[in-house]
Amino acid sequence: MIAGVLTRLLQGLGVMLVVGLLAFAVSTKLGDPVNNMLGQNATIEEREAMRRELGLDQPFAVQYGRYLGRVVRGQLGVSYRLGVPVGELLVERLPASVELSGMAMLLTLVLGVPLGIYTAIRRGSLLSKIILGASLAGLSVPTFLTGLLLIFLFAVQLQWLPSSGRGEVVSIGPWTTGLLTASGLRSLLLPAITLALFSLALLLRLVRGELLDVLHSDHVRFARARGLPERSINFRHGLRNALLPVVTVAALQLGNLLAFSVVTETVFQWPGMGLLFLQAVQFVDVPVISSYLLLAAVAFVLINLVVDVSYLVLDPRVRSTVGGR
Amino acid sequence: MHRLAGLMLLGALLVVGSAGAQTFRYASTGDLLTLDPHSADEALSNSFKNNIHEGLVRFNEKLEPEPALAVSWKNVDPVTWRFQLRRGVTFHDGTPFTADDVVFSYDRQRSKNSVMASHVATIKSVKKIDDYTIEYVTVGPDPILLRNLTEHFIVSKKWCEQHATTEPVAGLKEETYATRHENGTGPFQVVERLPDTRTVLVPYPKWWDLPNKKYAIARAEFRPIANAATRLAALISGELELAYPVAPQDVARVEGQKGFRVIKKPELRVVYLGMDQWRDESLDMPGSKKNPFKDVRVRRALYQAIDVEAIRAKVMRGMAAPTGLTIPELTEGYDAKLRERYPYDPAASRKLLAEAGYPDGFPVTLDCPNDRYINDEAICQSLVPMLARVGVKATLNAQTKSKHFDKILRKSNNNTSFFLLGFSPETADAMATFVPTMTMKGEGAGAWNAGRYSNPKVEELVEQIKVEMSPEKRRGLMSEVLRIHKEDFGHLPLHEQLIIWGVRDGVEVTPDARDRVQLRYVKMRQ
Repeated sequence: MIAGVLTRLLQGLGVMLVVGLLAFAVSTKLGDPVNNMLGQNATIEEREAMRRELGLDQPFAVQYGRYLGRVVRGQLGVSYRLGVPVGELLVERLPASVELSGMAMLLTLVLGVPLGIYTAIRRGSLLSKIILGASLAGLSVPTFLTGLLLIFLFAVQLQWLPSSGRGEVVSIGPWTTGLLTASGLRSLLLPAITLALFSLALLLRLVRGELLDVLHSDHVRFARARGLPERSINFRHGLRNALLPVVTVAALQLGNLLAFSVVTETVFQWPGMGLLFLQAVQFVDVPVISSYLLLAAVAFVLINLVVDVSYLVLDPRVRSTVGGR
Repeated sequence: MHRLAGLMLLGALLVVGSAGAQTFRYASTGDLLTLDPHSADEALSNSFKNNIHEGLVRFNEKLEPEPALAVSWKNVDPVTWRFQLRRGVTFHDGTPFTADDVVFSYDRQRSKNSVMASHVATIKSVKKIDDYTIEYVTVGPDPILLRNLTEHFIVSKKWCEQHATTEPVAGLKEETYATRHENGTGPFQVVERLPDTRTVLVPYPKWWDLPNKKYAIARAEFRPIANAATRLAALISGELELAYPVAPQDVARVEGQKGFRVIKKPELRVVYLGMDQWRDESLDMPGSKKNPFKDVRVRRALYQAIDVEAIRAKVMRGMAAPTGLTIPELTEGYDAKLRERYPYDPAASRKLLAEAGYPDGFPVTLDCPNDRYINDEAICQSLVPMLARVGVKATLNAQTKSKHFDKILRKSNNNTSFFLLGFSPETADAMATFVPTMTMKGEGAGAWNAGRYSNPKVEELVEQIKVEMSPEKRRGLMSEVLRIHKEDFGHLPLHEQLIIWGVRDGVEVTPDARDRVQLRYVKMRQ
């Protein structure tokens, strides 16, 4: 088992190297940061001087080498846009993103799994059809549109919830939380729903599909023939066996929610990492862009690792193959 | 009787309650990058500086210089300016303002890491005469010194030394104390600063100009809201008093909403087209050995092919003021007599092209930003068929501003034949446009002159204007530059874009023509 985990970690390191190269390559192709950093009054000479100071006049290989060297030493650089160390910036924005994606994940699980089970067991009922129809909308309507529709309905028309921002936050050490204030919770609701809709619909349909498969398999038929109670068949024999792919997808969705909430955060002006990333892209803030992508890669590698380990717990078959190595 | 008294009491309570709640909440596209007035030179950061920091001179509502931290000044000789400083001014922490702070701020603003150095570039040295008198010596006679001083911000020497922030940072060094804290002398002071979330200000109770104050608010809250639709929603749902800018297509939505209105005013910015006038062979016609734009007839032909009225009405939905000049109204040097445009005339255009040897037109790439000016990409899209009508086959290359400016400016050797640019002379003086966009020689020339327009007569006149101290003569010389440039078709002006602000009723604001919210002019009626 330890060997398995180690292999995964090594693979993860490889992934990180590739992502690092790609991230850096992409962020240097976004345009000229110097023009954004200096005002319109700067002369041509001042622009050149700034470019030299940032090392932007060097060939790509040299720039990448310096960047790798810094990252290995744990230095992510200083933001071109804000003049603040990137590590500090990311730590500052992390709580907002974690709370948003955490709440979205919670909504996804709490609603997605039961609704998936319901639509699988009560196939053909009117409610199931409605739920499935709605989930299709959840998969196909783009996030920014859902977000704007929710804002229009709940903030502009009904005026129940704030249209944007994070509300009042409370600091606990380095962490800031909006979960402890009324305005923070109210502000969280719309973006969390917006962000959750896609993963909720995805998970719901996945749970339903997997459960339907399992309910049609031989061991469930035998269980039914033995006269076991429906409840026990659905949940003990059915759900447990349907859960394996669900865990994988749910975990990867968590990664997605965390790393790619860019659109939701922008629509709701949510002060998290997604918003920071988008602003960085517009400004060509290379240190922030590359660090953010690197961090997203770390998150995915870790999540995958956790998923793999959880398989060992959930599925005895995997345990035996890994143990046998 | 009792009921009446009760009502009056209730009324009084309401008045007291609402007076305490005079918070002016406003939002724009992004956040200021830093509170340090010398560390960023960017539109939003600049728009905020005047609320907190001041210079010896400030602009009034018509963008004319008026005394601020200096009470008076006089020229001892053509290059020596003696300023009498205002007494009794204090910084927000209570420290008195003296000549030492001016000397210190000058050194700080011109230091290596300052991005605001251009505003003090013409000042050679500063000398303290006594605690309330200083002398600036300029490199040569400097007619725009006062305008530049409006952007020369005074910070407290004591405070900067205390907090180890005697040098600004330009996105390179570590963060300093001045990134998130301020100590200016201005009308408002920052009480809360959460980057990218909100910045809260309250009036500075010991502001020197308090007796003449024009504002009537107890608190101001600025929030960045990047998404235009969200910003509009926040305004209409009552979470904001002011949202800016409002997109032209959303103006009707705000005006149709009870309790809200839209304020429109020409901005200090002209949107225009530039053309490559230096290469011998156009980038889009390899092997032809020809660059059509070198021929003034071609430049004129393109000008007259553009239906600027259609752009104003359709693309800008009326929110633009077409002009024949590349400098906006309210600018020193602006000449209303030259504003009139050459007529839109496709037939004349085709004839000019034929005369120039291009009866079937020619191919050209139109470089355009898509996130910098109001409806910038849509303007360029509308130009393509207009040019096609006279035979010019324009291919649109619209991209984000970082890519656009990367391509057209000097870094990439002005890699463009035809481009869209919007330019704002921030000091409200025509020279701020002439030098970077219309000359190639001399100091500071050409940074934004992507087509490398250069006329020896203009270059010579600009050198004269640089040192001409008589306002009258100066205006004459500037008119001459405008006239030559217009006849040269050096650029093809389109329009001044409008400042469009969505405001809640009961709020009085005067937009600064540079699209800045000056809190000292904001009033809230109750």
